[in-house]
Amino acid sequence: MNYIPHTEEQIKEMLKSIGVSDLKELFNDVPDNIRLNENLNLGQSHSELELLKLFNNISKKNYNTEELVSFKGGGCYDHFVPSAIDYLANRAEFYTAYTPYQPEVSQGTLQAIYEYQTFICILTGMDITNASLYDGASAVSEAVLMANRINSKRKVLVSKTVHPDYITTLSTYLVSLDLKLNVIPDKQYVTDIDELSKKIDQDTFAIVLQIPNFFGYIEDVEKIKKILIDKKVLLIICVDPISLGLINSPAYYKADIVVGDGQSLGNYQSFGGPTFGFLATKNTWLRNLPGRIVGKTVDKKGRDAFTLTIQTREQHIRRHRATSNICSNQSLNAFRAAVYCSLLGREGFRKIAKLCFLKSHYLAKKINELDKFSVFFDSPFFKEFVVETNMDIKKINDILLKENIIGGIELGSYYPAFDNHMLIAVTEKRTKEEMDKLVYIFKNID
Amino acid sequence: MEKDKLIFDKGRKGRIGVSLPECDIKEINISEHLPGHLIRKDIKDMPSLNELEVIRHYTKLSQRNFSIDTNFYPLGSCTMKYNPKVHEKIASFSGFTDIHPLQSEDTVQGALEIIWKLEEALCEITGMKKFTFQPSAGAHGELTAMFIVDKYFKNKNDYRKKVLVPDSSHGTNPASANMCGFIVEEVKTNFEGGIDLADLKEKINDTVACLMLTNPNTLGLFEKDILKVQDIVHKKGALLYYDGANLNALLGKAKPGDMGFDIVHLNLHKTFSTPHGGGGPGSGPVGVVEELIEFLPVPLIDKKNGKFVFNYKVNNSIGKVRAFYGNFGVLVKAYAYIYGLGAEGLKQIANISVLNANYILNKLEKVYNCKYNRNCMHELVLSALKQKNKGINALDIAKRLIDYGIHPPTMYFPLIVKEALMIEPTETESKETLDYFINVMIKIAKEAENNPELLHNAPHNTFVSRVDEVKAAREPNLRWYPGK
Amino acid sequence: MAELKFAETHEWIKIEDGKGKIGITEHAQDELGDIVFVELPDIGKDIEKGESFGVVESVKVASDLYAPCTGKIIAVNSELQSNPQLINEDAFGKGWIIEIEISNEDELNDLLNESEYKEMI
Repeated sequence: MNYIPHTEEQIKEMLKSIGVSDLKELFNDVPDNIRLNENLNLGQSHSELELLKLFNNISKKNYNTEELVSFKGGGCYDHFVPSAIDYLANRAEFYTAYTPYQPEVSQGTLQAIYEYQTFICILTGMDITNASLYDGASAVSEAVLMANRINSKRKVLVSKTVHPDYITTLSTYLVSLDLKLNVIPDKQYVTDIDELSKKIDQDTFAIVLQIPNFFGYIEDVEKIKKILIDKKVLLIICVDPISLGLINSPAYYKADIVVGDGQSLGNYQSFGGPTFGFLATKNTWLRNLPGRIVGKTVDKKGRDAFTLTIQTREQHIRRHRATSNICSNQSLNAFRAAVYCSLLGREGFRKIAKLCFLKSHYLAKKINELDKFSVFFDSPFFKEFVVETNMDIKKINDILLKENIIGGIELGSYYPAFDNHMLIAVTEKRTKEEMDKLVYIFKNID
Repeated sequence: MEKDKLIFDKGRKGRIGVSLPECDIKEINISEHLPGHLIRKDIKDMPSLNELEVIRHYTKLSQRNFSIDTNFYPLGSCTMKYNPKVHEKIASFSGFTDIHPLQSEDTVQGALEIIWKLEEALCEITGMKKFTFQPSAGAHGELTAMFIVDKYFKNKNDYRKKVLVPDSSHGTNPASANMCGFIVEEVKTNFEGGIDLADLKEKINDTVACLMLTNPNTLGLFEKDILKVQDIVHKKGALLYYDGANLNALLGKAKPGDMGFDIVHLNLHKTFSTPHGGGGPGSGPVGVVEELIEFLPVPLIDKKNGKFVFNYKVNNSIGKVRAFYGNFGVLVKAYAYIYGLGAEGLKQIANISVLNANYILNKLEKVYNCKYNRNCMHELVLSALKQKNKGINALDIAKRLIDYGIHPPTMYFPLIVKEALMIEPTETESKETLDYFINVMIKIAKEAENNPELLHNAPHNTFVSRVDEVKAAREPNLRWYPGK
Repeated sequence: MAELKFAETHEWIKIEDGKGKIGITEHAQDELGDIVFVELPDIGKDIEKGESFGVVESVKVASDLYAPCTGKIIAVNSELQSNPQLINEDAFGKGWIIEIEISNEDELNDLLNESEYKEMI
């Protein structure tokens, strides 16, 4: 491949104009002893045809969920991605643009982000949000740092039912800052609220919960609301945005900051990225938000216009005193979410959420009827649930794979105590036939 | 004609933009399985549109953007080069888009192979020994690197609290260091536009953990004293960090590892041509020398008996900086780029990007001010000081460029150059485009003399004119509300 | 009669009966441009000379406010929350930012008088 348009003649002409004899001379500032005299060991160039062949072959070594049936979730889901999203996100005016620093030539991106911000606020029930963060894990971390700017105490409590990768990420973010992170144990797949209540002390500035949690279950929000009355701690809730089509928004149970991963909203699984993270909060804490924010204003002629705003929080102005170091975010993935929400709309969004709920409950019930399997039903769940068995989960998944099914998550890989537990996710894409097949295989495993 | 409406002002209740499958199982009563207080009755503020309405809305919005595919985009420090289309096609293969991060290793050998091979290539390009691909953007890479630096010293019971950055550094450098609890101190730039060695010597001591450096620096100049710098830094036991924003100029020409850097971050969305998506997704992999491998985030990718595997046994790992393995979709495109170009092609990027920048510099240095009288690398920083005397500032010039169909350069950065215009043409722009740009810049300089009002009011033909940023900040309107 | 003094960091203080009203100078507001936001401290807080007690922001600049002398904050100009432009319009009057009870009048001797300040800028 070669994307350079210059002819040999033009190169000579340009060198002459600059007043140097050859290209090498342009690099005279690079000391001799570090200048490379030989080519890098990266082989020759390849044609477009060769490129397509090679990558096609590599891609085929992956088992993909377009051909196989997947029951994996845990923060990354096989939801349906409407074709219109690819079409719009592949418009070069969106994907080959930079950050919209120049509002006059970026109204498309800016208005789309403003609409994205509105969608996130509607779904979460919060007042404001930013233009996106990297992913759910980094969004949780940014939320905790933000909470600490609002309340400068030293300890944050995180439920063990929060995604384990998110907890690991958060502890990485906190360790250099000497902030304490206490993990609150679970009691049968939901947070032990009594334990949480006991652990809140004078030193605590925030609590992090996930709803539905990593195991798919919905925490006891009424109880949480009660124990937080009169407590000066910030409640940070991590959500699956799809669940908000059916489950009350975190604003209802008095969340201060709502975060999550936006993969479900029109983004592919892509081996875990790119997706995007979101962070929404109350108006009061606008100045504490990390990341870019788009606002609506007017132009010189009084017409509606959009621009990046409240930028004095950001690194390019505040430098070491910025609310965060974030610069590039996940704009195009957030754009996909805006298109996704537009396409589904008021009815579609609810319908997707309902389908996830109904189908997951259908499968859970069927599995629970089997002798060697049981499903935990004591807490409500949305689209994921835990299956307990005496059998080796890895072995089950190997058998499923032979039948073109990608089984649930082996919980033992995250928690040794949950060795014989599988986390199963059911999206709107799963059919009765596919679920019945899974149940049939489960039933016939010895 | 309908104009300027938000998506929320369009559509009509009852419409839907996607056809969903009917429920093929017997419906159950949701309220039997979900307590009443948890059930959301409606999301009534969501719009209801059909597919055409959505397509038309966002297609129209797209037409209000400048982009690489439509305009010359010489945005300094951002390396806005052409984004090859074959990469988009490759990255959209379902074998890359439709794979779950927690599938068993056997079922994602292709994905691991891509990461492994990209890692090999980046090690060769930079002289580092091992990379992590978790960081999702340049700043995220910087932060990851700071966590590693912090842990490296704590592991030696050597508690260092300071990080040095040049006064010309990107804002993300001090911000990243601060997020990791470091105190940031600035090192001055000398008269030649390089780091001031005397000032560095004065500021470095055994409380300094790291010096963060961009090379070529943000003035578009190569740090000629880099070997002396690395010596000064390492003698005090500190680490040298490479901000890879400007690696484009050095591909195949010199390796950060050979310059003495211990830890680097790269911007795949700059140097390796992955599109910037209107602000992301990017990818900011971090590479380290042998001594720092044990601190990298988990998992690393290893190769055992011809099979690619995850390695979670990293002794002193900092943990994780996000879930899973990073922006994989971006990695696919970056590797395709490197594989397609090969060694010769990569070197030619450095050659031509530097040629293009110097060609512009040579033609414009008499019309605009240039603080340092040196050949530049892949980008040049001009100053509108001459024009400032006539009441024209860098902003006016930048906005006037829009009228000629050119995206403005980076403005007012680096902070040490007054009225700065930072221009990075990249290697994919033709001589004809550069000549057009040069002529426009000369023309604008004349306009600044003869018709300053033309510049003050620019741009003239865009969908909106200059926006009221004061109003935006004083009366924040950050979302739509029903009925407003 | 109130006495007007200046800090090198461009704050002014109007001193009367052991109290001092503090704001930023005409020159400072002009350099900053349109003020869009003022971060005010809490009433009752003690501040030390040279300590940052708040921030004034324009669209592209955030500038710290430094206490010209030590004291206790007894009033803040909450009008600035909705009308930060008062600083642009009337820097020495309606654009005042805080009022303090001065705890060490000796410190005032270190400050500049009007002509010294004008000299400095």
